[in-house]
Amino acid sequence: MSIEVLRIFKKFGDFTALQDVNLQVKRGELVALIGPSGSGKTTLLRIIAGLDVPDSGVILIDDEDTTYRRVRERRVGFVFQHYALFRHMTVFDNIAFGLQVMPRNLRPSKEEIRQKVFSLLKMVQLEGLAPRYPSQLSGGQRQRIALARALAVEPSVLLLDEPFGALDAKVRKELRRWLRRLHDEMHITSLFVTHDQEEALEVADRVVIMHQGRVEQAGTPEEVYDDPANPFVYDFLGNVNLFRGRIHGGRAKIGDFEVEVPEHAKADGAPAVGYARPHDMDITRKNGAADSIQAVITNIVAIGPVVRIDLQRYDNGERLEVELTKENYRDMRLVQGDSVYVRPRHLKVFVAEGK
Amino acid sequence: MADASLYTITRASKIKSVASLEPRWVRFLLTLSALLFLVFFLLIPLIAVFYQALKAGFGPYFGALKDPDAWAAIRLTLFTAAIAVTANLIFGVFAAWAISKFEFFGKNFLITLIDLPFAVSPVISGMIFVLLFGLQGLLGPYLAEHDIQIIFAVPGIVLATLFVTFPFVARELIPLMQAQGSEEEEAAIVLGAGGLRTFFRITLPNIKWGLIYGVILCNARAMGEFGAVSVVSGHIRGLTNTIPLHVEILYNDSNIVGAFAVASILAFLALVTLVIKTAVEGQVRGEISDRAKKGALS
Repeated sequence: MSIEVLRIFKKFGDFTALQDVNLQVKRGELVALIGPSGSGKTTLLRIIAGLDVPDSGVILIDDEDTTYRRVRERRVGFVFQHYALFRHMTVFDNIAFGLQVMPRNLRPSKEEIRQKVFSLLKMVQLEGLAPRYPSQLSGGQRQRIALARALAVEPSVLLLDEPFGALDAKVRKELRRWLRRLHDEMHITSLFVTHDQEEALEVADRVVIMHQGRVEQAGTPEEVYDDPANPFVYDFLGNVNLFRGRIHGGRAKIGDFEVEVPEHAKADGAPAVGYARPHDMDITRKNGAADSIQAVITNIVAIGPVVRIDLQRYDNGERLEVELTKENYRDMRLVQGDSVYVRPRHLKVFVAEGK
Repeated sequence: MADASLYTITRASKIKSVASLEPRWVRFLLTLSALLFLVFFLLIPLIAVFYQALKAGFGPYFGALKDPDAWAAIRLTLFTAAIAVTANLIFGVFAAWAISKFEFFGKNFLITLIDLPFAVSPVISGMIFVLLFGLQGLLGPYLAEHDIQIIFAVPGIVLATLFVTFPFVARELIPLMQAQGSEEEEAAIVLGAGGLRTFFRITLPNIKWGLIYGVILCNARAMGEFGAVSVVSGHIRGLTNTIPLHVEILYNDSNIVGAFAVASILAFLALVTLVIKTAVEGQVRGEISDRAKKGALS
């Protein structure tokens, strides 16, 4: 089943939560909705589930208009940020709830419900926990029970709100890989909200980046990471170094450094900002190219396979961050306080707006 | 009021460790003075009630209770309390539900209105009804024309009691339901449950102890209310006297044994209320801290 979101607007009082949001989740896809807090991602998820009503716009689930259909008739699975397990019910009753409240003519028999619950418990690898209460479970276990409960009614789409938000780092990593494997087995169309770009890039088939109620970019993890549509996406998806300059005749001049920017040829004289990821930067001892930037090493973090080097530019005092492989770092024998030359290998230039 | 005292208890149990830093004699002195205070102002009067009631032996005691006027007062009190508690139970749940789960215009005004009976002296509450429904009152002529009697009759007593006990259930439930939020209800609805089923299977079990606690307090006040009821009752023996009013009449007649015998019923009811309240309080705290624990996790 597919989800399609068309031209959704939503305001809460004076606050505009969603502005002309368009989004597509294809059948069987796992899509991540990411953005900083307040970007409207949870509101969008709730609107798709039917827990909130948009001011205007259309929600299509499997090409059917469900915008004003009642929540219980949409057949969506929803996993809440804090799980929202029923506190006074056992794990068994929590998972069985959705089946027990079905209309009498559709409701499975008691025995069928029992079998279904235990097969779901097996799927989330928590077979022994049926008689427990939610307060007796760990965060990761609650998360998986919440997922089993949502899947019990065989929803057409699965919506997850910050599914790993309340878990510690280690459990989080385990669970997101598990969720990915589960999705590969079940192929249920899923949309999950997160503020953690690493999580989104690792788990999802496609990523949708939201900011201030708008969709900034949508694409595969590679597309959005390697070719961000705008400075916000660049900044949000990982660490960056900023180089400020100006555009002249189709070239961005940033200090002594120049790049061809044919796409910005019309913006002659406009201020420009160049973005480079820390792993797209070179460090040399000698000034090989005339357009390198001289900087001093202020800190070195050499834990793991990648060495992070913090530098400060001589010309304007701005900070830079460079990542080297351990071999490269050892060969160069860099130490704190060394004066070196830095050069971005790739520079993505955006024309600065309104400055 | 009720919920405030509950929070104080919870908080007090948390700062116990700080209190125990005081020297031993200070702790002893403080505890002793508190106990003495309780004995003098609560325990001795309570014993006095039963002592006075039974002074002449069990015969006169039960005799006073069997008196038809006393019986009528007991029946009227039970009848009034039954209506007041039921009505305020339903209203309290509705009001708490609306206030804690929805945003709407005039919400703060509604909360203030619910608190009004706490702020107003019960005598004034009674006066309001006299001014509204009394012969000289706003609706008096209309009521007289249609031969409907509210003041100096049972309807007035029920109305006054309703008014005075209005906040108990709602005040108990609002903080509880606000703390619990509505995620579980939303989860139930997404899973396909309807509104009624969600209420009975999710909301009600989550608030049941708070609800029972509110009902107990509401009932205690409904049976014990004196001021408001006194103004609207007219003190007609055997007809419009509740237990507290009957006690006053007997006392004014210098019927000491009778007065204290009837009073002992109220005292006994208070003791029963206290025992149930203590038992339920622990459960309510469980309901709140359960949620607090959940909140701390997130």
